[in-house]
Amino acid sequence: MSTAEATKPILEFRNINTHYGAVHILKDVNLAIYPGELVCLLGGNASGKSTTLKTLLGMVTPTSGEVVLDGEVVNDKPTSYRVERGVTMVPENRRLFKRLSVLENLQLGAYLRNDKDGIANDLERIYTMFPRVKERMHQKSGTLSGGEQQMVAMGRALMASPRVLLMDEPSMGLAPALVQTNFELIQQIHEEGIAIFMVEQNANMALSIADRGWVLQTGKVVLDDSADSLLANPDLRKSYLGEA
Amino acid sequence: MSDITADVAMTELADGLSEATEVVKGAFEIDRSKAVRFGGLLALALVFISLVGMPVGMDGRQILYWINPDVYVNHPDGQGLSLGYVALFLWPLLLGWAVGSEVVLEGMAATKRGAHDLVTGLVVGVIGGLGVSVLTMLLAWDREINPENGVPAYGMRDPLVNWNEDLYILLTFNRGWTFALWAWPLLAGLLAMFGAGLRLMSDPIRKAIVAALLAIVAVSIFQFLVDDLLGGLGETIADPGRLSNFFGDDPDAGRPNVDSVFDGLLDFVYAKTGGLRLQGVIFVGVVAAGLSLLGSYVTRGRVKAARQAYLDRPVAERTTSSAIGMVVIALALIILPFFTGKIVNELLANVGIFLLLALGLNIVVGLAGILDLGYVAFFAVGGYTTAVLTSAGRGESWPSWVPLFVTDDGEAVVGGWIIALVLVMIFAALTGLLIGAPVIRMRGDYLAIVTLGFGEIIRLLFLSDWLKGYFGGAQGITNIEGADFGFLGTVTGVNPRSVFYLVLFFSAIAIYVSWRLERSRLGRAWMAIREDESVAEAMGINTVNMKLMAFVVGAVLASFSGAIFSAKVGSIFPTSFLILVSIIILVVVIVGGMGNIMGVIAGSLVLIGVLGGPKQPGLLQEFSEYKLLIYGALLIWMMLKRPEGLVPNARRSRELHQEEFLQDAWLKGEVDTGDDEGEEGDAVATEVAPA
Ligand SMILES: Nc1ncnc2c1ncn2[C@@H]1O[C@H](COP(=O)(O)OP(=O)(O)OP(=O)(O)O)[C@@H](O)[C@H]1O
Ligand SMILES: [Mg+2]
Repeated sequence: MSTAEATKPILEFRNINTHYGAVHILKDVNLAIYPGELVCLLGGNASGKSTTLKTLLGMVTPTSGEVVLDGEVVNDKPTSYRVERGVTMVPENRRLFKRLSVLENLQLGAYLRNDKDGIANDLERIYTMFPRVKERMHQKSGTLSGGEQQMVAMGRALMASPRVLLMDEPSMGLAPALVQTNFELIQQIHEEGIAIFMVEQNANMALSIADRGWVLQTGKVVLDDSADSLLANPDLRKSYLGEA
Repeated sequence: MSDITADVAMTELADGLSEATEVVKGAFEIDRSKAVRFGGLLALALVFISLVGMPVGMDGRQILYWINPDVYVNHPDGQGLSLGYVALFLWPLLLGWAVGSEVVLEGMAATKRGAHDLVTGLVVGVIGGLGVSVLTMLLAWDREINPENGVPAYGMRDPLVNWNEDLYILLTFNRGWTFALWAWPLLAGLLAMFGAGLRLMSDPIRKAIVAALLAIVAVSIFQFLVDDLLGGLGETIADPGRLSNFFGDDPDAGRPNVDSVFDGLLDFVYAKTGGLRLQGVIFVGVVAAGLSLLGSYVTRGRVKAARQAYLDRPVAERTTSSAIGMVVIALALIILPFFTGKIVNELLANVGIFLLLALGLNIVVGLAGILDLGYVAFFAVGGYTTAVLTSAGRGESWPSWVPLFVTDDGEAVVGGWIIALVLVMIFAALTGLLIGAPVIRMRGDYLAIVTLGFGEIIRLLFLSDWLKGYFGGAQGITNIEGADFGFLGTVTGVNPRSVFYLVLFFSAIAIYVSWRLERSRLGRAWMAIREDESVAEAMGINTVNMKLMAFVVGAVLASFSGAIFSAKVGSIFPTSFLILVSIIILVVVIVGGMGNIMGVIAGSLVLIGVLGGPKQPGLLQEFSEYKLLIYGALLIWMMLKRPEGLVPNARRSRELHQEEFLQDAWLKGEVDTGDDEGEEGDAVATEVAPA
């Protein structure tokens, strides 16, 4: 984050409020995600983490405040507009298109792209990254093992050639042995220069690889700090890391 | 010496005896509750079928004669076997077979098959047969206690429509109820025992027997089709010249009165009054069994291996070979009507009309996952729009600027139908948008219910007095001209062959479009929406627009079908567009295997061709009354046993039956269920290492 360019956030929340019907979920939330950084959003169940992601991606429209993408207010823009500009989500629980083949899933990741060559390149890149995925190319993704599904979910998101990857609890539902691998994978993607905004309940693990983090409590940002100081924060340790 | 031999003989005898007692004992060690359950089910099924009227209704159709085949005498003299009896005899056979099936639980060896299976079958059949005996007794009782002027009155006829003398005669074989009392248990018992016995036979033998039985029934009930096909083919062979005057408006052109070279064979097999002769039964049975045995022994699973090899080949190669297959099928379909008569062509034309509808619905339901229950609306819009544009008999209220493609002397304008079709297309697309836009945001069952409503609204609009000046209300629109294609001829209902070609043309287009769509970016977007709408949205797919598009594409295909339907039948009424049409098309799509083009084709052929459409008779005209019953039963059975449809796509079926596959594999020791977890973790770890 040394260049002047890097100081401008890709995605930003300015005083965002989101409601589901009359229920107030997000309350005056402010966030900013800068190019190439790895940040995480922590919070307990139903604190509004998934809602934050959906609002960022435009699947839910905020009732007030501004969602800003590259300096432009995109409140009224559809999801596709944001995906086209490099915002991509890996949904909770991977959510592959189960009855479609692995290849079809990957192709759907690149749905909004028109550059044939670029798509082919990215496909090759994903195949070298995950040789296992290539082997299973024509298998229905619903029949893959949990670990393989995680690879495909990541691959599908990468096929959109994203600048920011929004990840909703990437380690949820994975076997303990896979969680570690998964975090390594996220770091690897991050090293390629893709900004990552990760929602996690596994606070320890998430903070150990993140640059910065926020803590959300019933829709309010209660902590906003660097990962190191969050890890050291006694309040957080108490409420989220399960320490007395 | 002799003592020892005697001793040995004695022990051997004792051994033999105890072995025999074991077998006999074993034979009676049956699962009683299961036998009783299946027997009860059989009894219920037989009574139900009898009271529904199926046996009596189908009694006119003879399957086989064994005495004096050239004189038609109805069954009371017991000269043959009618379809009505087949409808009853089928069930003991099936349930006898079914009772032998076992659920093999994990790790438990299947119990040994043996004599006890036969006994179980017998018990099932006897119980089922007793059900019919009881029914016959009740009929007899009602018949005897209640005669009016000596004529049996059948007092229970009020609630039970088929409670009558015909049923009594049929069920008693016209030999009085005391005969039926023991005949049914015996007959059903033997049939069920035979059904159970099939499981004890070796594979090739069983296949041969089943093939022979099926062939006999099929050749007999499809007599009409066989007659028509062999007749046409034989005539053509006898007089090839007739092909030259083929393209013309006369449907019977090219079918001069030449004797078919197959007449001899047909006379040998069939009785003049319908049904197989005894010699025909033997001939067909032997040929079918022979072919089946030949297949089992000569090919020894080579066909299966070839199929597997085909499936294992890369997709690209498979595409070329399936393309070649398609061309061959298309050519076969193009020359088929050369050999078939008017009625078979009519049948094929109906199949085509519904195929077109089903292909459209397959895009909507199968690909995009939108459960549209009002699909008939677009069929109606297509039909009515065509009618308005090509019938001088359209309503009075149409302003003169609405074109009418009819000449002053009431003839169809050349190419008029094509222009009308373009307008139909536009109009159907607009209707699709109009109906689709408000409902498409709903999901699942809500959408299904709302579309159901819209389907009815459209029909009621056509029926209404309010729009009578336009659509004729209940009187509909008549005098619809055929589609005149100039030198290519005119397509009208009087010439089903021409309708068949028109339908074939459009079906080919629809099949091609569906096939391309499935492999396109658009098709993928639809499937993604079907699988998971919110994730599809997160991928940047504009779900609302895409769904609307699927809805409109489906609407346009349905309207094509409506346009052809209009030209074919020449007059349309609101009653041609009942909800039932939507339901039947949906059943075709589901039975064929949702989202599977070959399946939809197979579904249309079987359901519409054989059983018949909502109003159109199928090959088995006797079944038309029970069509809906059979549709319903088929649907339930399919959902339970073959959710992947008639022509499953290999991968889809693997997925739906995955549990079974895994279980089989596990039983065979092919799957190691040890802890995969660790292994997998390791594998991922190595693969994820920086590339
Ligand atoms: N579509 C919806 N309609 C109404 N309420 C919703 C909807 N989606 C979420 N909610 C509610 O909003 C609140 C926040 O949900 P959200 O999914 O953002 O929580 P979360 O922080 O992701 O929780 P978790 O860690 O359990 O995934 C919850 O109380 C939830 O019930
Ligand atoms: Mg969540």
